[in-house]
Amino acid sequence: MIRIRNLSHQIAGHDILRNVDLDISKGGLTALVGPNGAGKSTLLSLVARLAATQSGGIEINGLDLKKISHGDLAQLLAILPQVLTSTHRISVQDLVGFGRYPYSHGRLTPKDRQVIEQVLASFELEGIRHRFLDTLSGGQRQRAYTAMAWAQDTEYLLLDEPLNNLDIAASRSLMARLKRLAEQERRTIVIVLHDINYAAGYADHIVAMKAGEIVEAGAPEAIVTEAFLSRVFDTEAQVTHVAGRPLVVV
Amino acid sequence: MLRRRFFWLLLVLLVVSVLFLTLGAKGSWGFTLWFRGQKLASLLLIGGAISTATILFQTITHNRILTPSIMGFDALFLLILTMMVFGLGAGGYTQLSKVWLFFLNLGVLTLASVGLFALLLKDQSSDLMRMVLTGIILGVMFRSLSSLIQRLIDPSEFAVLQSASFARFNRVDADLLLLSAGLVLVTWICLWIMRHRLDILALGEVLPVSLGADPKRGQLVVLMFISILVSVSTALVGPVAFLGLLVSSLTYRLIPSWHHGHILPAAVLIGGITLVGGQLVLERILKLETPLAVVVECLGGLVFLFLILRKGST
Repeated sequence: MIRIRNLSHQIAGHDILRNVDLDISKGGLTALVGPNGAGKSTLLSLVARLAATQSGGIEINGLDLKKISHGDLAQLLAILPQVLTSTHRISVQDLVGFGRYPYSHGRLTPKDRQVIEQVLASFELEGIRHRFLDTLSGGQRQRAYTAMAWAQDTEYLLLDEPLNNLDIAASRSLMARLKRLAEQERRTIVIVLHDINYAAGYADHIVAMKAGEIVEAGAPEAIVTEAFLSRVFDTEAQVTHVAGRPLVVV
Repeated sequence: MLRRRFFWLLLVLLVVSVLFLTLGAKGSWGFTLWFRGQKLASLLLIGGAISTATILFQTITHNRILTPSIMGFDALFLLILTMMVFGLGAGGYTQLSKVWLFFLNLGVLTLASVGLFALLLKDQSSDLMRMVLTGIILGVMFRSLSSLIQRLIDPSEFAVLQSASFARFNRVDADLLLLSAGLVLVTWICLWIMRHRLDILALGEVLPVSLGADPKRGQLVVLMFISILVSVSTALVGPVAFLGLLVSSLTYRLIPSWHHGHILPAAVLIGGITLVGGQLVLERILKLETPLAVVVECLGGLVFLFLILRKGST
């Protein structure tokens, strides 16, 4: 489990996070939602140690994040940033292979190859395994990068707005795939989402942030209400329910 | 496909090397081969060193336009040299053995460049234009400082410096050549060992962290290797600004691979072909007295302009 205690962060004198306390339990899909500038990406980057924590602490499975070595952390937690370069001349298969770097440092073992094959199959990338990234569509590219992070075989996977620039078909298939795989392989996925409907539709837990603070956390059915939207996003929108899940009428 | 291209590159390099050694040879074969062999070795070494340094720099900055010389690496080398001549005086400077001077120079350059460029790379290198501008300004600053100091020193000291400040492929010091070959070889071996790590470091700012490759330490190590390679090539022939860029863009064109295990050897081969082939065509076939540096710089400059303009339009 990821345990965040009293975490504050400043960038250029501005408070980005204020005394954040949050527990993310093992298993399932946790969505981080909130308006622009709420501090979601910063929180994610601190958990992945892309930046050093300024005050407060983060523990992963009871270990202090500061004390975990680079190599160990890479076998425990993977992060996929918001902006993924599209011009790389890497084949899909090689990219997924990079996900095995924490284990074999580039010299792929038979076990690595087996994992790569499995991941290529689970993400339906077999047909385009030899294509270069710069020839793929946005949806295929996001799928390839996600597959790389998946091949890293970590207990925790952090995704920063993976649905950016994806059309509805690619977004839905990616979310459904992640939810299914997280359940099958008992992994924990933390995902920053812009669209509250995707969070309500696929996530097991929703954590809502605003102005650097956690304002609400819980199951989608419990927390996505009209009052919630007005409090977190400052917008008056109607919420209906379809198939037991809340749906925001936009 | 890659294997075939490597084969062709190797073949072309062999052919131009043999032609370089034998074409138009007069008089004693033993002397000609020894004399030209030395020249050939230095051209291959320099071509390889500059190409490797360029690819490495592009790998850690994640862009394919910057080169160590555009960022002022070799200008820094000359500044350090100038300051040493200024501090020691030409007498003291020429008394020191070349080998010692070389290592002194190398040490100072490594420290200075790691300090300076690590600082520059620290706050996100994503803004390409800012990096290019910073580099060009740094280069101009280093060059102006050098020429300021050169004005302060007396003519005999200046003469010592002048021979070091212009690219010259024809006269290469035999003592330094052996030493440089050793250094470059060791660097290449280290790079070969860390080739997989280089593939990961090239992926950007975030993914190397996620994959456990610690980009900060990686960048420092790579900067150190770049300093060694630049010192070697600048000490041997002086500054060449655009050769690296010419070779690296050719390499990416010819070898569509992400793996440094492919890119680095190909760049070394292409660097050798460019210099040896260029010298062969200029000297033996066209019988021109134009220094090779002028032609390479002209071509490389055009490639630089092309890359910048194309980048701007997309």
